[in-house]
Amino acid sequence: MGESRYSWGADEHLVVQIDEEMNLAANFKAMAISSALAGRGLDGIWDICPANASLLIRFDPDRLEPEVLERTVREIEAEVGQESSPSIKTRLIEVPVWYDDPYTREVGAKFRDRHQRPEGTDLEYAMAELGLASVDEFVERHSASPWIVSMVGFVAGLPFMFQMVPQERQIELPKYLRPRTETPRLTVGHGGCFACIYSVKGAGGYQMFGLTPLPIYDPAQGHEVFSESMVLFRPGDIVKFRAVEEAEFRELEAAVDRGESVYRIVDVEFELRSFLADPDAYNSDLLGALDVR
Amino acid sequence: MFVEVVEPGLATTVQDLGRTGAYNVGIPPSGALDQRSARIANLLVGNPESAALLEAPYLAPKLTFDGPAVVAVTGATAQVLVNGEERPSWTALRVGEGDVLSLGFVTAGARVYIAIAGGIDVPAVLGSRSTYGLGGLGGHEGRTLVAGDRLPVGAPTGEHVPRELAERHRPQWSREVELRVVLGLYDYRLTDESRHLLLESDWKLTPVADRTGFRYQGPQLAFIEREQPFGAGSDPSNIVDAGYPIGSIQVPSGSEPIVLHRDAVSGGGYAQVGTVISVDLDLVGQCAPGTVTRLVPVSLDDALKARAQAREGLDEIRALLAG
Repeated sequence: MGESRYSWGADEHLVVQIDEEMNLAANFKAMAISSALAGRGLDGIWDICPANASLLIRFDPDRLEPEVLERTVREIEAEVGQESSPSIKTRLIEVPVWYDDPYTREVGAKFRDRHQRPEGTDLEYAMAELGLASVDEFVERHSASPWIVSMVGFVAGLPFMFQMVPQERQIELPKYLRPRTETPRLTVGHGGCFACIYSVKGAGGYQMFGLTPLPIYDPAQGHEVFSESMVLFRPGDIVKFRAVEEAEFRELEAAVDRGESVYRIVDVEFELRSFLADPDAYNSDLLGALDVR
Repeated sequence: MFVEVVEPGLATTVQDLGRTGAYNVGIPPSGALDQRSARIANLLVGNPESAALLEAPYLAPKLTFDGPAVVAVTGATAQVLVNGEERPSWTALRVGEGDVLSLGFVTAGARVYIAIAGGIDVPAVLGSRSTYGLGGLGGHEGRTLVAGDRLPVGAPTGEHVPRELAERHRPQWSREVELRVVLGLYDYRLTDESRHLLLESDWKLTPVADRTGFRYQGPQLAFIEREQPFGAGSDPSNIVDAGYPIGSIQVPSGSEPIVLHRDAVSGGGYAQVGTVISVDLDLVGQCAPGTVTRLVPVSLDDALKARAQAREGLDEIRALLAG
């Protein structure tokens, strides 16, 4: 990570590019600067948007002079950089996934002309790219280790997730050659090194692997999980995928409709240095929090 | 009081000046694309400038009123008719119970604004009544209007005063525009030749021009070849997914630049090479497909000066329309 690059998005945005490549340290820095900046309570800031390895700030230059904003963010960045053991208080969220489901397969089949591999499914393409022999092997590779929500956006409530394993074990796959005009709501997708969950139905270019039965965005805020926010995920949340079969998928779908408490969410603390020192041991410890609830 | 939608127009939505505070979870500001025209429409009918009104691209809705009301039409140029009789735009108009307001096709500009005294009184969501269609949020049921919709209108805050915007303050819409742009963000990824092309070419607005973004046709641009950083994606125009400023210009695979507007996708993996200054985003919102566009580089300081100048212009109009 070299020096961050500061740039103006005309008169209402400041962009801080922390790193050109994706890594957890850069993501942590983006989150740390964001929360420290929010903590300053500067008048004239509209939005603070931490992204994967960068940060976007929307502000009102009539109330907050651009130089004052830049100076403040640079100050905060210097302070954040000195922290010896960066950690965040966050949440561990279990996401059930029906892998290789018929809905995403059907949509995938409609758009083969936009895909690298015209035959087969996205999941079969991923297996071939990753040298995996079976769907089960893929599911293991995708769901055994946790993912951290490194950014929320694109559309309302869509989480980008970064796999918490050493880089050489991360799933990295190209996006579609040309984006689809259709993606089922709640599709679990993957593009580059990021997983995502499509919060709403719409266009998309990520490979499609399955569906989760649990809504992650609800503007009507019907279910209690949305009582504080219409968006489930926040940057820094840690996600554990869990493979489910069709029967359990249907049960969960019905239960969440009835307003039952089917979301499994526990508070955890994530400590970057300990994680980087031994990711597997750290993850297994971390994921234990879901069992002891 | 209610206003009823007899014919919905092409893509009419309820908008105000937009929301803040939710872009970090992918909910964009939304709000009127041409904020100046929206503010003036509200001023004409005696509303606060932040009142909700209707934004209609190209083909406006046909509306009836179930009680007396004061309305004003601003923005793009279109014939204004009350019960089939031509009435002036940029002017407060009285309508009575059962009257029908309709508009002709837009002949210049792209979006008309229809304000009603009292404002469209839909519930505020996340601090704004603006529609964000992709997220099904705000406005009237989170969507564009359809025939039969009944929109509640708030109680007017003041007496009706006949107001009209002086001719010299009315915009002249052209099919050739210049947009002022602050270069930066990821423009270092473009080749020198392409940076030059970006600023020296005519960019023609394609039909892909909606509240999310405006796509332009022109020469192919090239990004500097490199070994792509981890997680960025394989195309040289890709970056590790990052937040997108409103007004930012991205060039996927080097072709057909897109200027994001107020219903922007909040982030993604394409390098942005600059940002249209906030004042000129009003003008982008009034560009129809086919508009020939030049990008003119300015400094942040110039952008702030343009902003101050626009505010002074609006202050003058506020003073003229006060009371």
